[in-house]
Amino acid sequence: MRTLDQLKPGDIAVIKEFSQRDLALKLIEMGCLPGEKIKLTKIAPLGDPIAIEVSGYELSMRKQEAAAVMLED
Amino acid sequence: MPPVSSQIKAISIALIGNPNSGKTTLFNALTGLNQKTGNYPGVTVDKHTGYTKLKAGTEEFKLQITDLPGTYSLFPKSLDEEVACKELLGLNGTEHDVAVVVTDASTLKRHLLLATQVIDLKIPVVIVLNMIDEANKAGLKIDAAEISRLLGVKIALVNSRTGEGLDDLKLKITQAKESVNTFIETTRLQVVKAGAQNFREIVVTQFTGDADYKLKLQQFEEKDTVYRFNTINYIFARCVKSPQESTRKLSYTADKFITHPVFGYLTLLFVLFSVFQIIFFLAEYPMNWIESFFGWAMEVTAGALPQGQLSDLLVNGVLAGLSGVVIFIPQIALLFFFIGLLEDSGYMARVSFIMDKVFRRFGLNGKSVIPIVSGVACAVPSVLGTRTISNVKERLITIFIIPLMSCSARLPVYTLLISLMIPDDAVLGILNLKGLTLFGLYFLGFAATMLTAFVLKFIIKSKEKSYFVMELPVYRLPQWKSIGIIVVNKVKVFLWEAGKIILAVSIVLWFLSSHGPGDSFDQVESKYASQIETATEAQKEELVKTMESEKLENSYAGILGKKIEPLIKPMGFDWKIGIALITSFAAREVFVGTMATIYSANDAENVSSIREKLVSEKNPDTGKPVYGFGVCLSLLVFYAFAMQCMSTMAVVYRETKSWKWMTGQLIYMTGLAYISSVIVYHLF
Repeated sequence: MRTLDQLKPGDIAVIKEFSQRDLALKLIEMGCLPGEKIKLTKIAPLGDPIAIEVSGYELSMRKQEAAAVMLED
Repeated sequence: MPPVSSQIKAISIALIGNPNSGKTTLFNALTGLNQKTGNYPGVTVDKHTGYTKLKAGTEEFKLQITDLPGTYSLFPKSLDEEVACKELLGLNGTEHDVAVVVTDASTLKRHLLLATQVIDLKIPVVIVLNMIDEANKAGLKIDAAEISRLLGVKIALVNSRTGEGLDDLKLKITQAKESVNTFIETTRLQVVKAGAQNFREIVVTQFTGDADYKLKLQQFEEKDTVYRFNTINYIFARCVKSPQESTRKLSYTADKFITHPVFGYLTLLFVLFSVFQIIFFLAEYPMNWIESFFGWAMEVTAGALPQGQLSDLLVNGVLAGLSGVVIFIPQIALLFFFIGLLEDSGYMARVSFIMDKVFRRFGLNGKSVIPIVSGVACAVPSVLGTRTISNVKERLITIFIIPLMSCSARLPVYTLLISLMIPDDAVLGILNLKGLTLFGLYFLGFAATMLTAFVLKFIIKSKEKSYFVMELPVYRLPQWKSIGIIVVNKVKVFLWEAGKIILAVSIVLWFLSSHGPGDSFDQVESKYASQIETATEAQKEELVKTMESEKLENSYAGILGKKIEPLIKPMGFDWKIGIALITSFAAREVFVGTMATIYSANDAENVSSIREKLVSEKNPDTGKPVYGFGVCLSLLVFYAFAMQCMSTMAVVYRETKSWKWMTGQLIYMTGLAYISSVIVYHLF
């Protein structure tokens, strides 16, 4: 299963589901819904955190959190 | 003020919105300087309330607006968000007549989640569609009228930055009674069975339910949020046309540089360094004006009043104390201005982004950057700013270390001591040596901050997972007017809150240093009286000085200072510095005022600036200057590390709800200061 932390800058993917409930609640209210298209915009200079474009804005999260976001194949 | 006529209708408004929605800018545009800062009950989050008026036809309205902390939803994920929710729900004791939900047109979808939740609370709602002209320019086409129809509430188009649409918004607020709707039918909400019948009850009960109920609520929240977004997507498909290209092209280009592995960190270093240099040099001019103004005022007062207790109290107690407060304003204003600038422009979020990994190693969070950097202005708001950190361990560490950052209250102490230590014209290449020393002190504070955090990381145990989900807002030109209003308010709060302590301490100190137990003062006077009578003019002056200094030694302050002298001697301090240490225990900025009082209290005629007095102060035993390099450096280090701020301790207690944290911090910082000062004094 592909997860968000594996994407490279410029990659586009679709969110499938989340593997952690607490985080899911936070990400969902930030507009990261299952079925939503996202794009990895950048990775911080030290390799972590990452930033994605989702529902028209840019959101950053740690790789550890991104690993809980599962993507459609 | 004329009495409020019964015709004027008062409306209480809660201003709510996501962070970065332009909410505070709108609040400032609506109320200008008609604001006051208070506290939410039980917590120390600043509560900003402002007023504005509106005349509509024959009716007059007074709008009382409360600016709530930013929140993404009515299911809070941080303490800050919880405060916003409770205030909106009226759980803090104030009911609001109308909720104004501020949304940013260019990221409308996410903002509408909160808007639909607020609608379902069944209170009158007006939605502000902020900066729609900017969204239009980026190629977004938004049919606001249709959104308003589908949501069933009024929408006001506003540009909080130019002030366009404000009158329309005010008018819609007065008509908001009709602007009530249901977004999601109650029947859909049967997910939570335990007594909550509607959305409002569900939101209210989340603060009281047991663990089992909270789990059910989480399930509800997930389903409800997904359902809301699906409906919002449907509205979007009908009402919003997005351009093919990303609307954030400019920000992405800028970020290529600002989050670059090399240029990103260089930019950060450059920004921080420039801010300190600018503050140090720019603030010096108004500070000189203030200094000479008070020097003049003291001379005039001393000349106008007959010599005696009253004149002495006014000049050396009140005026000296006031000057110690007012002298702060330029630096505080500049610091808050720059912090406002960095936050408002979107740069602070990038700092968090590029620093998170580094900060995590120290048990902190990327979101700790803003509170820590703001720590250079004042620890009190910075400790409050940690509310955005949802992880308890990271939040506690951040709170613990913030007071080690050199806050603006230390600046006057630094400024005075640096000017004693380093000649005016000392330069190192193009850099002013004074500025460089100041930068060094800030760096020292920062190093202690980070090292302490690193140690704490291993001491504090926590099972909770760390969390960093943060929006990167688009870069925007800063809002000068809004930042200006914030600066004015901060200065006002400082003048009142810190000012009254400093003034009170100054007056107490004046008393302590100009009065002694029993007839000790009379004894000194009579001892010198006969000598002075027979002395020549030149000898007379010398004798008077010696007498005054002996008086101070016998005053209450002198006795206190001498009591602690053995304790502070290892740091190179004498009893006069001891007095200053005692008085600045409550607020470190009192140091400068105390020194001014101590050194002018023994010579009421002379109102020359304190710096000159300290420079000429000689050790009676060795004849060497008291304020030599070693003592100044030792004092600087002591003030850099010591916790000398009642306000910070009070805030830390309230934020951590524990005496353990507050006293631990006090003991740690005082101990660190003492040991470091002793080492520094013996090295130099």
